[in-house]
Amino acid sequence: MQRFINDPDEVVEDTVKGFVKAHADLVRRAENPRVIVARQAPVKGKVGVITGGGSGHEPAFIGYTGVNMLDAVAVGELFSSPTAKSFLDAAREANGGRGVVCLYGNYAGDNMNVKMAIKLAAKEGIEIATVVANDDVCSAGPLERAKRRGVAGEIFMWKCGAAKAAQGASLEEVRATAQKAIDNCRSVGVGLGPCTLPAVGHPNFVIEPGTMEVGIGHHGEPGVRVEPLKSAKEIAADMAATVLDDHALPPGTEVAVLLSGLGATPLDELYILNDTMAEAIEARGLKIYRTYVGNYFTSLEMVGATLTVLALDDELKQLLDVEVHCPAMR
Amino acid sequence: MQQLVNAASGEIVLALAQIVIENRAYLSEIDGKIGDGDHGVNMAKGFGLAADRIKGHTLTLAEAFDTLGTVLMTEIGGSMGPLYGVMFTNFAEVIDKAEAIDASAFGAMLRKGIEGIQSIGSAEVGDKTLLDTLVPAVDAFEAACAARRPFSEALDQLCAAAEAGRDSTKDMVAKIGRASRLGERSRGVLDAGATSCALILTTLAHNVQRRLQ
Repeated sequence: MQRFINDPDEVVEDTVKGFVKAHADLVRRAENPRVIVARQAPVKGKVGVITGGGSGHEPAFIGYTGVNMLDAVAVGELFSSPTAKSFLDAAREANGGRGVVCLYGNYAGDNMNVKMAIKLAAKEGIEIATVVANDDVCSAGPLERAKRRGVAGEIFMWKCGAAKAAQGASLEEVRATAQKAIDNCRSVGVGLGPCTLPAVGHPNFVIEPGTMEVGIGHHGEPGVRVEPLKSAKEIAADMAATVLDDHALPPGTEVAVLLSGLGATPLDELYILNDTMAEAIEARGLKIYRTYVGNYFTSLEMVGATLTVLALDDELKQLLDVEVHCPAMR
Repeated sequence: MQQLVNAASGEIVLALAQIVIENRAYLSEIDGKIGDGDHGVNMAKGFGLAADRIKGHTLTLAEAFDTLGTVLMTEIGGSMGPLYGVMFTNFAEVIDKAEAIDASAFGAMLRKGIEGIQSIGSAEVGDKTLLDTLVPAVDAFEAACAARRPFSEALDQLCAAAEAGRDSTKDMVAKIGRASRLGERSRGVLDAGATSCALILTTLAHNVQRRLQ
């Protein structure tokens, strides 16, 4: 596969440099080169909202830095957690004096580095509260939700948490709202083709031609089953069923839908999927309040898509409506 | 009673860095079989950075451990940065004030390292991680001390148990970290973290043995 890279070991550095040049109106680079900060941050008297994660998921995580969105983001190497220092520096940059909430995904490295950053931040008087995203339905059973990985549902968690913070809420209120948002999210991924870390040089897993992997994770974590490739209609119906069976929402519930490509799936195919997904969701008596279709949370050049369904209440609906200015989302 | 002088023993950490750097390709190769193949690269980067900062300074073992731990923790990221980072900073904490380190202080230092790792990670022995090397090695060291064996002999026990622990990971199924997603497919290969941990512990033990007074 042909790619636009310079030095495989400099992919993250080069990405961040180009990103900051493209979005200088919204973001800046902190003194720590692995931290991206919203132009206006820190906002005095506002709870700081941060995240962090491995690179290779662009526009996540850095693309969600902006106004009424994330104040700062810690940047890791490709598919590898940022350092505790970067999480700490992100918290410092975001700290407006009312504490910082770190909204991140459930991965071993991130859990450890955030935990250490919390200790380091406490020493300098910055309180960090956390919410750990676990929306990926296929990564563990319903009785083991705490073990599930975080995927594209993180975007709704950031959106609702950051909007709440922008309204002047306390650290505990922001944390509780972000927790509610991720608790109300369920996601599933389907992979049609693998991805390659440039420094490794070969795909880090295999999807045989003519097959697809249902329940695949954001780094190629194995899914629940490998099946012959089906039509978009069948795949979309299956993805919607996987998410909604786990969700068990009462008819009449309003939902937000986020359908993200994994990096190498063209937009037309996402719209083809969405056509059936919308029908399948409405067939359960649910009302679609808003739909996002695009490359919101990718995995290098993986072929595939994730579906996320967020169950809304009045508060989450209103927070979803708050206007944002960030590179990845309107 | 055998003991190690803390002052000027910081050079031991340079020996640790050297062995990790020499095994850079080997560790990445093992990791590549069931992980993402960057263990050797990341470890060599972290230990190399620490060595650069230690070289040319006369440091106590505690100071050198603290430098190494801080570099790993703050500049490496992933899972191994914080895990080894907290292990070495905890080592440093225990022996910080000691002029000489006897077997009992050395054992307390190792134990505190395990506690640090367990305070941030959730792995247990048998999960196919570096704990499968570290825990039996420290247990063996403590058992030898309890049996009133000399410091040097207890370090031999530590090395033997570390290597046996490393080898035990070959037949384990990973229960944590990226390899755990492979389930049964993770059986049959050594765990990269357990392998680097055995290298670190045996190199540490041999260098301490040479300096015992």
